[in-house]
Amino acid sequence: MKEPFGGYLLNIAFRLLVPFTVVYSVYVLILGESSPGGGFQAGVVLSFGIVLGRLIMGEDCKLFNIKTKNTLVIAGVGTFIYSLAGWLTLFGGGKFLDYSFLPFAAEHANELHALGILMIETGVTICVMMTILNIMDAVVKRSDDDGSAE
Amino acid sequence: MSYVSLAQEIIAYVLMGLGLIFLVGSAIGMLRLPDFYSRVHASGNSETLGTMLIFLGLAVYNGFSDTSAKIIVIFLFVFLGNPIGSHILAKTAYKTGHPVWTKKHAKEAEEYEAKAAEKEEN
Repeated sequence: MKEPFGGYLLNIAFRLLVPFTVVYSVYVLILGESSPGGGFQAGVVLSFGIVLGRLIMGEDCKLFNIKTKNTLVIAGVGTFIYSLAGWLTLFGGGKFLDYSFLPFAAEHANELHALGILMIETGVTICVMMTILNIMDAVVKRSDDDGSAE
Repeated sequence: MSYVSLAQEIIAYVLMGLGLIFLVGSAIGMLRLPDFYSRVHASGNSETLGTMLIFLGLAVYNGFSDTSAKIIVIFLFVFLGNPIGSHILAKTAYKTGHPVWTKKHAKEAEEYEAKAAEKEEN
């Protein structure tokens, strides 16, 4: 990324903000188990970075312009990861989302709890991020016939 | 939950109250102001200030902890991101020929907006 793409201000803003935002969202996601933060907040911060990148880079950049139908599909994948955690506990012999029955080797039940919560919050993060991008697409493409995005 | 002293609480309430005033002002400006540029001004300046004051109030209320460190980082995101967003919007609108509202040329700007709305409907 040697060539500047839109004046000094946008150039510096992109290099400074977008990578830091993405890394920080992962930090919020991982630490959300034991302190304020978690899946929803991490998803919002991540989508903030992607929306900012999309605003700065314009329509040419393929990295940030995820297609509308793809955002819907990936949001569904996030929901699938969430429910997969629940089903794994069912296969382990417990109730739905009863983390201590996750079928993984662990020395202590707390490790299984942390793993299950991390799995669920990863799913929530992906779903929230893609839903926000989808809402942004719907607002931008409001001029379609029926008011929906494609 | 750690102990929150009285001075801490009062400072936090004052900061958050000020932030609330700025946020309400920016919302009223979004509804009342006549054209795109002045609305961007309303949402860009006073909303950034209001959000920052509310975050500062929350950080003061939490005291020295990792929670307030996280709040300060989010504060920095808003502090940098919100002006950049309004800058991009206003610059793009000006470059694509959106007319600037003045009292003298109010009619032309209104006609342009009506035409754009008509285009959107078709």
